[in-house]
Amino acid sequence: MNFKMLSVVSAMALAMPTLGAAGPDDDTLIINEEIEVVTKAEPAEHLDGALYEVISGWHFRNDDTQAIEMDDFDNPGMLGVENAMATWNTAEGSAGKSCADCHGDAAESMKGVKATYPKYDEKAGTVMTVQMKVNECRTERMGAEAWKYDAGPAIDMEAMIGSQSRGMQMNVAIDGPAKPFWEKGKEIYYTRYGQLELSCASCHEQNYGNMIRADHLSQGQTNGFPTYRLKNAKLNGAHSRFKGCIRDTRAETFSPGSDEFIALELYVASRGNGLGVETPSVRN
Amino acid sequence: MASGVKPRVKAPKTASAGEVVTIKTLISHKMESGQRRDSDGNLIPRSIINRFTCDFNGTNALDVEMHGAISTNPYFEFDVTIPESGDLQFTWYDDDGSVYEDVKSVKV
Repeated sequence: MNFKMLSVVSAMALAMPTLGAAGPDDDTLIINEEIEVVTKAEPAEHLDGALYEVISGWHFRNDDTQAIEMDDFDNPGMLGVENAMATWNTAEGSAGKSCADCHGDAAESMKGVKATYPKYDEKAGTVMTVQMKVNECRTERMGAEAWKYDAGPAIDMEAMIGSQSRGMQMNVAIDGPAKPFWEKGKEIYYTRYGQLELSCASCHEQNYGNMIRADHLSQGQTNGFPTYRLKNAKLNGAHSRFKGCIRDTRAETFSPGSDEFIALELYVASRGNGLGVETPSVRN
Repeated sequence: MASGVKPRVKAPKTASAGEVVTIKTLISHKMESGQRRDSDGNLIPRSIINRFTCDFNGTNALDVEMHGAISTNPYFEFDVTIPESGDLQFTWYDDDGSVYEDVKSVKV
């Protein structure tokens, strides 16, 4: 009997911490004691029951990490935002213009941008991300060189633009001309890649809340991107994150800025429709 | 001088006499450890903030010595007792001899 009891106790001890610690918590995200962010939302219709609730990655982090995001002074991602704000006001390129010369105060002109991007662009005839739009401005209107995708200045700028939409709910359009891109993104999401034969869904749809080695699996939402990661102490773009994930399946990855990742970014963003923008979020 | 260095301090503007207030400081600095190598295999020289101090009206409140393995953008949060109105003086010392300063006034 002793043996039996012991095994029951040890089974519980083994099971409890993993079950208890890995799931999303019930905290409320309020940034700077004023911006309330929706971190749990009803799933969008197109998800068709794949998720019972859409949950921000913020809920999968521990209290200390969560707290860093709740105050701009503590959030190291804001350093990138500050850098980009300086860039915003600096003239560059042959036209001698800065972002501010056309767009004025970013707090006004860039409000809501992150919530609706990636977005179909009539003129370009394709879905464009924030970074692509920035580069379009740089090359066509400023006469400056395009930034490398997801590299330092580009990611800072995306974070700065994204931060103007904090608290607003994600609402990317997936109908009309964006539909084929969205379909492509969806196909990539559910395609198993690599030697490990894992799709995005294998981890982020079927196993969120469980542990992947020593870390918690989130739903892989993009409402907080670009995100400051403690592990590499810098802002990380969504495409770089996709690349890291696909690499981890031991596959040959697509490149940041590729058509595949643009489609995937649109699809993943649409899965998070309803979640509040957290950019720049703080994660492990 | 290392590039992109900018000190930041968050301190209350007012306090009651004898109150213990929380100060948050951060300085953006790459904190090159001196252990890393560049793509040609050459050692990248160490370049860190090696000391940080906080004084209140000339009285030292905090003195921190830093060595390698301190992460980028060092952040300090600490408590200071404010006995009277005065200035909080923050000083960061760089390996290359640069000194970065910031002052915050607190009214009692």
